[in-house]
Amino acid sequence: MINDAELLGNDAHWAFGTDFEDPLAGVDTTVPAGLDPAELARYCLMLGDDALVLSQRLSEWCSRAPDLEVDIALANIALDLLGQARLLLARAAAADPSAVPVLPEGSPVPAEDALAFFRDAGHFRNVVLAEAPNGDFAETVTRLLMFSTWRLAEFERLATHPDAVLAAVAVKGRKELAYHRDFAARWFLTLARGTQESRRRVLNALDALWPLWAELDAPAEAEGVLEQVFAASQVDRPESVPAATRGRDGVHTDALTELLADMQSVARQHPRGLW
Amino acid sequence: MVSTLTRAREAAATVVDPELPMLTLADLGVLRDVAVTDGTVVVDITPTYSGCPAMATMRDDLVRTLREQGFADVQVRVALSPAWTSDWISERGRAALADAGISPPGPARRDGPVLLALAPARRVLRCPRCASDAVELISEFGSTACKALYRCRACLEPFDHVKEI
Repeated sequence: MINDAELLGNDAHWAFGTDFEDPLAGVDTTVPAGLDPAELARYCLMLGDDALVLSQRLSEWCSRAPDLEVDIALANIALDLLGQARLLLARAAAADPSAVPVLPEGSPVPAEDALAFFRDAGHFRNVVLAEAPNGDFAETVTRLLMFSTWRLAEFERLATHPDAVLAAVAVKGRKELAYHRDFAARWFLTLARGTQESRRRVLNALDALWPLWAELDAPAEAEGVLEQVFAASQVDRPESVPAATRGRDGVHTDALTELLADMQSVARQHPRGLW
Repeated sequence: MVSTLTRAREAAATVVDPELPMLTLADLGVLRDVAVTDGTVVVDITPTYSGCPAMATMRDDLVRTLREQGFADVQVRVALSPAWTSDWISERGRAALADAGISPPGPARRDGPVLLALAPARRVLRCPRCASDAVELISEFGSTACKALYRCRACLEPFDHVKEI
């Protein structure tokens, strides 16, 4: 086993050094007057957790996607979301340090990693849509369509948020999300108007996932975009009853617990580790 | 005599991008500002994409290069706003990309609501190898976050295109 203490202070062991783990290095993170820091932190945590959890899900496709291009696309999308998650979790930690789990004395784990790796499922604030298992490719595409359509609409709104950090994350993120949404929408269309089998699968996916849409409380623009995709795909907007999911309150499915067990295991075994 | 600030700027401007080493960070538009405050060189860089994994390497390369030029105190900061756009890639950078077989980006879209695009973006571009315009998009996602993957129907070579963002 690596003796973490021996490696402290010796950057030569690490390709990237050990101290650029703050994605907001040098950014003014003062919370503007008129905003409640705890509330801002909670909000950033929600959006950060959405991105972190879906990023982890999408990365499960790595080396298993239907073809090489899709594999690379899903990994790229996962990376974008992970970047958004890091910024948002770091923003949450800076706004309200009391939200960050306390780690053993001397732990070099940065705040955003403490939030990602040292909270249990009950403290995650992501929507349940983000944690649902990948299912088949049709389900992955359908979930990504719903998620990125909603998130892009949300980020368009946040571009004028009074917190300059959150606004900057949103302005940057929406450019990325536009590519994610287009990727998902094109595949949804392709599957829906492809073979009988691909259409059957995408309709099943939509039926299964649609109850989770309600929790997103999506703005009208997002609904409008989905209508366009459904119309082009000759798919009716589902009428299934919304599920009473409460991911925002920390009420999650077992799927999240399993995802976190996998994602957090190494960090938790080495709380003083340097990565 | 050349000022300290000018020397610091010139040194920082020589650092290349770790993933596109034919481009300097200045050519890429990632290097936003170099200032000298009380003897400390303060460098602002901006990520191309939120998840750009090269930021740490860029930071390390900037610090190392500036130290080699005699600047002991160097601080590298992240500038999140304004968000990076491919429009910031310099003319020299675009030429260097093309020389290296990578198709440079066209103009990025202006701000405003992002419209859904159910058909792939139609870009007017040429194969960087044989200059044919008979090219086809393979994927909007390529070897790094900032590139799409194309194929030339004339010479059959695949090539990267830096995406408009």
